[in-house]
Amino acid sequence: MTIRSLLVANRGEIAVRIIRAAKALGIRTVQVYSAADADMLAVRLADEAVNIGPPAAKKSYLNIEAVIAAAKAAGVDAVHPGYGFLSENGEFADAVEAAGLIFIGPSGDAIRLLGDKVAARAVAAKAGVPTVPGSAGRIDDIAEARRIAGETGFPVMIKAAAGGGGRGIRIVESMEELDRQFPQASAEAAAAFGDGGLYMEKVITRARHVEVQILGDGKNVVHCFERECSLQRRRQKVWEEAPAVGLPADIRARLCDSAVALAREVKYRGAGTVEYLYDEEAGAFYFIEVNTRIQVEHPVTEMITGIDLVQEMIRVAGGETLSVRQEDIRITGHAIECRINAEDPARGFQPAPGTVARLDVPEAAGIRFDTMLYEGYTIPPFYDSLLGKLIVHAGDRAVCIAKLEEALTALVIGGVSTTIPLHLALAGDDAVQRADFHTRFLEPWLAAEGEARIAALSGVETEGQSA
Amino acid sequence: MSTIEIKSPLPGTFYRASSPETPPFKADGDAVAETDTIGLIEVMKTFQEVPAGVAGAKIRFLVDNEEPVMAGQVIAEVEA
Repeated sequence: MTIRSLLVANRGEIAVRIIRAAKALGIRTVQVYSAADADMLAVRLADEAVNIGPPAAKKSYLNIEAVIAAAKAAGVDAVHPGYGFLSENGEFADAVEAAGLIFIGPSGDAIRLLGDKVAARAVAAKAGVPTVPGSAGRIDDIAEARRIAGETGFPVMIKAAAGGGGRGIRIVESMEELDRQFPQASAEAAAAFGDGGLYMEKVITRARHVEVQILGDGKNVVHCFERECSLQRRRQKVWEEAPAVGLPADIRARLCDSAVALAREVKYRGAGTVEYLYDEEAGAFYFIEVNTRIQVEHPVTEMITGIDLVQEMIRVAGGETLSVRQEDIRITGHAIECRINAEDPARGFQPAPGTVARLDVPEAAGIRFDTMLYEGYTIPPFYDSLLGKLIVHAGDRAVCIAKLEEALTALVIGGVSTTIPLHLALAGDDAVQRADFHTRFLEPWLAAEGEARIAALSGVETEGQSA
Repeated sequence: MSTIEIKSPLPGTFYRASSPETPPFKADGDAVAETDTIGLIEVMKTFQEVPAGVAGAKIRFLVDNEEPVMAGQVIAEVEA
């Protein structure tokens, strides 16, 4: 069945991105919005818009019944979930299908399977994808814990089987510490989660975050190479690149093939991302998790491959086979994305909602700004702080960074504090220019030198704008 | 006796307790000191404490738990 109309079950910049992709395919668009989002850009761009509830996300964008009711009333063929909100909710995917509509993404079963960390690890292992060394499942006693730690080496993480989101994790550095912490961790897990079960994973101390973009149509799966997203603050990606710098060709091939093997294992349909930790010194990569949706940083992949990932996911949801074969997908040049957030990097990244007084967007070949902003728009305080993504593409990484600095300087978002000064400081940093970073680089860098440079850059900017 | 207004320093969602399982920071009718926390504002997925900023008696909340607020909106009143 061809999709002739779709409902965008999201907001912000990704809603705008989906509407643009749908319009390029000649598809009618219906945008849902909360009471706080009546004047958002996606509402203005869509053919129709439907109010689905109050500002609180759980009463609007996370309200499955309200979204399904809007889709039915609007008479659309399909629903695109974007990222976040209901995008990785298997029950939502099922509810869309039960309503006789197409969910633009994998099946509810695939979402649930890959969303369960232990199950996803088993799928990865079955597909021959390396996982972080550790216990196969739950650990019965301290003797087994000692044996596993002997194999993986220290430091090692003790994790509560019933934990999650960073809770119930202890890092131990030696056997003595393991002996002391293991019983405590078990007692604590029993108290906190009602389940004292523990498992163990080696700590990869200096790793890069590398992830592979995959596309599937339910039969065929291809990869669109990898992205490197090591620059993170509080586990949130800040700056992403494609391809990963300094990744040897043989490792790139094994990494990307492993992601395809994993996706084939579940007959994946749609766009997805397989995330890994990459230990550069050991030349080894380890599976972390699968994201069963389009990702924020998808544009860097689009820039280096020329593939429109959002259009492709709509087409395969409509029953078409993939429009590209693996041998036709090639890397051209280098791309970097900077997440522009409504946060003040000179004041501890305090959130900064407000009204956009002025918006100047640089326009040139190889520069793209995916955004929800327009002049006069008031950014609501109820959702995350992402305002847009500045993406720059050039022949090589050095030229890309130089072009990025120019684009960041030319991008003016007046009236609100943004993370533009953070990105200017990063683009001007020696270590960043050498791509000499890992997942724990950014926060110590901010404390040691970044904050001072950002303050200087913010000061200069303020003077420039008031002059 | 006069009434003093306590205004929201930020736009966002107002919470009267630090989590659904804990009691509210202040019950209606409580006395407050200047540095007492009277609630939280969730703004762009981060939580900021709201200090009373004034000392007073018999606090009366004008905004319900989990209600959206504007910057400068009166959240509560106390008697001076």
